[in-house]
Amino acid sequence: MTELNHNNNSLKHDVFKNILVGLYEKNHDKIIGNSSVIIQKLRQKAFEHFKQNGFPDKKMESWRFTNPEPLFRDDYHIDFESKFRKIDVSKIFTCDVYDLDTYCITLINGWFAYQNSPLSRLKDGTVIGSLYKAMEIYPDIVEKYLGSVAKINEQGLVSLNTAFMQDGLFIYVPDNVKVEKPVQVINIVDSDKPVFIQPRNLIITGKNSNLTLVHCDHSLTHNISFTNTVSEVVLHENAFIDHYKVQNKGRNSALLTSLFFLQEKNSILANNVITLNGGFTRNQVDLSLTDENCTADLNGLYLMDRNQHVDNQVFVDHAASNSRSNQLYKGILDDQASGVFYGKVLVGRNSQNTKAFQNNKNILLTDETKINTQPFLEIYADDVKCSHGATVGQLDTDALFYMRSRGICERTAKQMLMYAFAGEVVKKISIEPLRDNITKLVEKRLKGELSICDQCILNCSSREPRFIQNILD
Amino acid sequence: MQNNNNKLINKVTQSDYKYGFYTDIETDKAPKGLTEDTIRFIWEKKNEPDFMLDFRLKAFRHWQKMKEPTWAHIQYNPIDYQDIIYYAAPRKKPQYENMNQVDPELLETFNKLGIPLEEQKQLAGVAVDAVMDSTSVTTTYKKALSEKGIIFSSFSEALQNHPELLQKYMATVVPYTDNFFAALNSAVFSDGSFVYIPKGVRCPIELSTYFRINAANTGQFERTLIVAEEGSYVSYLEGCTAPMRSENQLHAAIVEIVAHKNAEVKYSTVQNWWPGDKKGKGGVFNFVTKRGICKEDNAKISWTQVETGSAITWKYPSLILKGNNTTGEFFSVAVTNNMQQADTGTKMIHSGKNSRSTIISKGISAGKSNNSYRGLVKMSKEATNSRNYSQCDSLLLGNKSGAHTFPYIDVQNKSSIVEHEATTSKISEDQLFYCLQRGIDVENAIGLIVNGYAKDVLNKLPMEFAVEAQKLLSVSLERSIG
Amino acid sequence: MLTIKNLSVSVEGKLILKGLNLEVKEGEVHAIMGPNGSGKSTLASVISGRNYLTIEQGEVTYMGKNLLEIPPEVRSKEGIFLGFQYPVEIPGVSITNFMRTAINEKRKHLELKPLSGAEFLKLMEEKQKILKIQSKLTNRSVNEGFSGGEKKKNEIFQMALLEPKLAILDETDSGLDIDALKVVANGVNLLRRKDNATVVITHYQRLLDYVIPDFVHVLFDGMIVKSGGKELALELEEKGYNWIKESLKKT
Repeated sequence: MTELNHNNNSLKHDVFKNILVGLYEKNHDKIIGNSSVIIQKLRQKAFEHFKQNGFPDKKMESWRFTNPEPLFRDDYHIDFESKFRKIDVSKIFTCDVYDLDTYCITLINGWFAYQNSPLSRLKDGTVIGSLYKAMEIYPDIVEKYLGSVAKINEQGLVSLNTAFMQDGLFIYVPDNVKVEKPVQVINIVDSDKPVFIQPRNLIITGKNSNLTLVHCDHSLTHNISFTNTVSEVVLHENAFIDHYKVQNKGRNSALLTSLFFLQEKNSILANNVITLNGGFTRNQVDLSLTDENCTADLNGLYLMDRNQHVDNQVFVDHAASNSRSNQLYKGILDDQASGVFYGKVLVGRNSQNTKAFQNNKNILLTDETKINTQPFLEIYADDVKCSHGATVGQLDTDALFYMRSRGICERTAKQMLMYAFAGEVVKKISIEPLRDNITKLVEKRLKGELSICDQCILNCSSREPRFIQNILD
Repeated sequence: MQNNNNKLINKVTQSDYKYGFYTDIETDKAPKGLTEDTIRFIWEKKNEPDFMLDFRLKAFRHWQKMKEPTWAHIQYNPIDYQDIIYYAAPRKKPQYENMNQVDPELLETFNKLGIPLEEQKQLAGVAVDAVMDSTSVTTTYKKALSEKGIIFSSFSEALQNHPELLQKYMATVVPYTDNFFAALNSAVFSDGSFVYIPKGVRCPIELSTYFRINAANTGQFERTLIVAEEGSYVSYLEGCTAPMRSENQLHAAIVEIVAHKNAEVKYSTVQNWWPGDKKGKGGVFNFVTKRGICKEDNAKISWTQVETGSAITWKYPSLILKGNNTTGEFFSVAVTNNMQQADTGTKMIHSGKNSRSTIISKGISAGKSNNSYRGLVKMSKEATNSRNYSQCDSLLLGNKSGAHTFPYIDVQNKSSIVEHEATTSKISEDQLFYCLQRGIDVENAIGLIVNGYAKDVLNKLPMEFAVEAQKLLSVSLERSIG
Repeated sequence: MLTIKNLSVSVEGKLILKGLNLEVKEGEVHAIMGPNGSGKSTLASVISGRNYLTIEQGEVTYMGKNLLEIPPEVRSKEGIFLGFQYPVEIPGVSITNFMRTAINEKRKHLELKPLSGAEFLKLMEEKQKILKIQSKLTNRSVNEGFSGGEKKKNEIFQMALLEPKLAILDETDSGLDIDALKVVANGVNLLRRKDNATVVITHYQRLLDYVIPDFVHVLFDGMIVKSGGKELALELEEKGYNWIKESLKKT
């Protein structure tokens, strides 16, 4: 049993809010750090909003099936200053995706960890590095974009992050630049105390630019952690972003991610949200298609077991005509795991010739699992092709029988079918080494191996599982 | 040519709502407003048993503590619950020995509606209960039915003649605490229909109730209860119309169905309350709670609805599939035009093993209307090996309307299968052109295509209703694109 | 009956027909042949009144009237029938209901009394017999779930019911097996009268073995580049469209 889900002493909503408000007020000067007046205004506004509205609660439509209360504790530790400035990351963590040649960046407990430079400028003009540093060196860019995509008014989580934000990833890709290698950001949680972490990421891609971004979340600790990440991603005209969010965290970690994308004319987004492990996971993808001819592919895969909980919230706003969006979210739930899918496609009055598709498929492996799925369509334009589908079921018994009649044992047959089910999402990963690695992880996960290591499997020195638990029968 | 098409479509004129007349009949009314006195007034007027006063007052006190729900995708000006007359009955009541005693004005009203009450004129095989302004006017075919032990009467009569049955079943499916409008109805309902089918009896004819709001400033709060004993069968039809009025009229009804072991109930509705004018003035606010329970094994209940009227529709005919091997069905066509708003759908709550449910919903939005499907499918832990299939399609006519789909799926066991599919699209230019090429004009072509689109549902309606429903669909959509 | 003069038509800004001329008289059967993309289907669309086209110049007269000003359903009532290349499926609408509506609309236009259900069914049976269509198409929804052959037979069946003055058959022969082709051809021949005309649009000569045309026109790059008798079709079949291209280059 995770401590998170069985935190019987969880605080009341208001008490937790007041603790955070108190922390903010007490550490005000540290939090402000190097923020400019404009950023400070944004921060203060967000703080007031949070003070007034507090944390989300179960009465809100999008929180009906995810109870945030277990997260409310009074013993979280927050680092208001970086303790990881000059640390050799490779000593504590190496990425498991061997062949992936990337610009690799590490955040430890939300703070940028670097050896030499906190902010690198590549030859092509691309800037990659710490948001904290970017506020200092590129205040114009940061002030222009920060807070412009994330919707502060609707999300208590976003205003909380905005109030407390200090560091995170900053990427700026100038017009016409194709960033050669993928950028990989690894967000590590490492603490001997319960921690509360709020990274803030800002990614801007100029006209005709091209960026691949892999965002990994890991924990190196069994300790309780609560991460509230907010990312803002801007795709200017004709930009292309291939974005991955991969998570493999400990069962005592709660990871709440709010990903906001803003797409301008002719831009293309491929977004993949892969959740392999984590005690409490909530992924929010919020996409605004603000101009014509945008394309967005939003894929998600979640494989949960024990009493893990995953909540995927996908909101697509078709605010202009001739755009296409396609959502495919698939999940397998085992043991007592629970899942939520909330998808909403909004097609505005003037968004003619919109094509929007939404699909959520689930497999439940036990009678103790639960899934709530709500694929919503809200459509105000008439020249549209929209469809959605949701299924909840089991493995196809005819297929199982067919495979068994060909001599494949039931366990293997089940694994093959589950893998095939998950494979539909996995094969959409276009970075080959990453796809291979995820493929392996999914296979392991479906064999029940991954959950046993419980965490940091990517960093596991031994590739052989310690033992194989048959979760499939 | 595109414009040509649109012009043609525009040319089609608005047809009049043919049920919009008002009949000048003397009515017996309660004073405007709602207090405990109003409830006592109704209770006294209806000469009800004591338990009813207790029930009504409890409901009223609960209602006072409740808030009007706001989660539906509808917008309307606040309802002033003190500005409504909660009881209005045609004065020349009370009991009619035979048709000759019925107020001729009233007979004429129902004739205009196409519902002849004189038995000899009736369509063979349909027994009718007509409810005008909350009071049952007459029930036909009563004798033939009572020979089989079937009770088909107004709710008030049933309270006099079968209080024990009502006490046993009333509010067991929809308790007065269920929701705001259910509580209101429980406090003030004035009449409705009661159906009881004894064990093993197949009701030989369709039972039908026509509801009519006539008096001004009147709310209609009727209540229907259907009890089908073991192995019985009944098909029940409900139709609704109201006069054209510039103010809004509130209709908050309750329907409860109880199906025992192996029983089957079919409930069909053609709802054509006055929808308001093109600018959205007037029209009926239709807040209805309908729920059935398949209480024991192998019971089956199906809802079929054709919703074309009302300014606001808030309605989710639901089923609780409690017994094993029970079956639930929901077939719906909802058409909105002009300024109408509909938020309608169903709930299928599975708790019996091997229970099955099917949902087919066809929404058609035209004019500046908004049409939402909202549905819940829940498979509890106990409902093993259960299945649901849902298909919710929306058709858009014109670019000022909205079509929305809000399905909620909640599954808590591994052996159940839930499938939901939905599509939203506009009426196909290719289909329209194909019809035009064969010489069928736009208005007729839309009628044809929409009726074809809704056919899966219309087919579920009993014959006489199906014909009426088809006409209604075409009429409701006239002047729909523009 | 139908006169097309110097007709140019564009679709989405692209010029498809480029000054086309054609004259069809009563009692005649014309075949229009041409390679893919030459504008054959666009021509059918102009005559029937599809709305995605832009008329750049030229005129089309039918029975002395400016056809381009007449809405598509009126064209149909006045006797123009288009056999679609890809007949659309209309789910839930039975062929019986569909065609009865169409016929009664036409009768209304001609100031005739509408057919009763029984009369109409009788008419359907008659036509089915004449055309030797045995399959029970009539109980099904319009084109829904039909095979390619069934769709095309259904078009001919509708044509028989509507008895058009001018029938345009757009690639009605494509994708048909030999039996279906015979049904289609038989239908066209049976419906041939002194006072009506047929325009057969086709890619292949095959159909013309069964439906003997009075005139064959070769449509190429939006223009009729060659006209002749039925022997032109055979020549085309033998030499292919390249022959036309070559001969065009020479001139």
